[in-house]
Amino acid sequence: MSTDLTASKRTALYNKHIELGAKMVPFAGYDMPLQYTGLTPEHHAVRDSVGVFDVSHMGEFAVKGKDAEALVAWICSNNISKVVDMQAQYNCMPNDEGGIVDDLIVYRWSAEEYTLVVNASNIAKDWDWIMKQKDAKGFDCELEDMSDDISLMAVQGPNAAKVIQKLTDIDLDAIKFYHFDAGSCAGSEDVVISNTGYTGSGGFELYVWNKDANMVWDNIMEAGKEFDIVPCGLAARDTLRLEKGYCLYGNDIDDTTSPMEAGLGWITKFAEPFNNQDYHKGLKENGVNRKLVGFEMIDRGIPRQHYELTDAEGNRIGEVTSGTQSPSLGKAIGMGYVKPEFAALDSEIYVKVRNKNLKAKTTKLPFS
Amino acid sequence: MNFPENLKYTKDHEWISVEGDIATVGVTEFAQGELGDIVFVEIETEGESLDKDEVFGTIEAVKTVSDLFMPLSGEIIEINSGLEDAPESVNESPYENGWMIKIKLSNTSEVDDLMDVSAYKDLIGQ
Repeated sequence: MSTDLTASKRTALYNKHIELGAKMVPFAGYDMPLQYTGLTPEHHAVRDSVGVFDVSHMGEFAVKGKDAEALVAWICSNNISKVVDMQAQYNCMPNDEGGIVDDLIVYRWSAEEYTLVVNASNIAKDWDWIMKQKDAKGFDCELEDMSDDISLMAVQGPNAAKVIQKLTDIDLDAIKFYHFDAGSCAGSEDVVISNTGYTGSGGFELYVWNKDANMVWDNIMEAGKEFDIVPCGLAARDTLRLEKGYCLYGNDIDDTTSPMEAGLGWITKFAEPFNNQDYHKGLKENGVNRKLVGFEMIDRGIPRQHYELTDAEGNRIGEVTSGTQSPSLGKAIGMGYVKPEFAALDSEIYVKVRNKNLKAKTTKLPFS
Repeated sequence: MNFPENLKYTKDHEWISVEGDIATVGVTEFAQGELGDIVFVEIETEGESLDKDEVFGTIEAVKTVSDLFMPLSGEIIEINSGLEDAPESVNESPYENGWMIKIKLSNTSEVDDLMDVSAYKDLIGQ
């Protein structure tokens, strides 16, 4: 996880976190809760029942107008034309240099109205990038940065739907995975309820106006009592996503990584043109020079970001991008880029941990 | 939080119990709380003589890894082998089952430089 020591922005729920005794850390320009009672109980609450995350630091851009769809399709790697109204889609924005500006979720309200949800650390960069693309191609649409007006709460876990269903008349069963609806929820008249998340345990994400954020949080906590709901911090968010093999921008993908290298071919579709498409198509056809893989430790030790990956002789083959002790699996896991010849399942690789080369093997994602 | 009166402390959040020229070392309750769930304690310096402030091992929590520093100079004569299978002892029992090393001191006058409990509590704002 990257941290920004100059952080000072607060989410609308900041005082809530302080009251709850959260350990706060600077993250992507915000003071964010790292953990409340502890990473492990928070992690297990999400896997076993339900937890709630304040992820209001995420950015939201509205795109409206005649060419809204054309702009979104041009900047995004996935097939935007496949997305129907009230559906969401995971995407990345390819840059001009073969890397990724950001990964994001695209929400389609209609062909002339989209919301893009981007990483907090990239809000300014993404805004500039999208405006540049819009102007260069002369797309007729308007952009609005709504990041400072919107709070986002992720209610995640097998009991998340039961909790939220108590708080809304909208039938949550009717909102399929990567779809969304909008309406009254948890005391607020205007909530976007999205069947999405970053934990792999199911659940919903609620987009709420800042003025309603504390009320919605309190109502979620109250409704979740019978399921022992707990507030969860960034630390649990990271272990939960890593167990599922989800990429984290800044760790596993960045301005220099192609989605084809990062295992994101499934969101990189060449049926429709997008920025710098030919480069990534070339990688698909001719092969990549490095590949993001999951691995688990065989020797005792924990991989961390930027640790070197080597072959049995100690020759460098790549670098760790994310690593942790997995709370659910009880073993040390990681992701990293390796030369393609080490990317096959069960390849023996080594992680350089404090000048010792510890044995590991590549595994399927999600980890199991 | 509990900080026993009879122990000495360092700015690196270690505690030291001195008996004659033998010092037992671990990390404080504050330190284990800051680190979070400890999953791995690696000490491979048994039998080595190290100076004060040198690294004698590392402690890994789920999210972080920290070096362990010698609070006093001397020879590491014993390590807590129980931590290999039960690193969580450092969280659960930092002053007893979670002890880490015993040092045979080479310069007992260094003990005078360690913090007492009130100085340590001031350091962490308790």
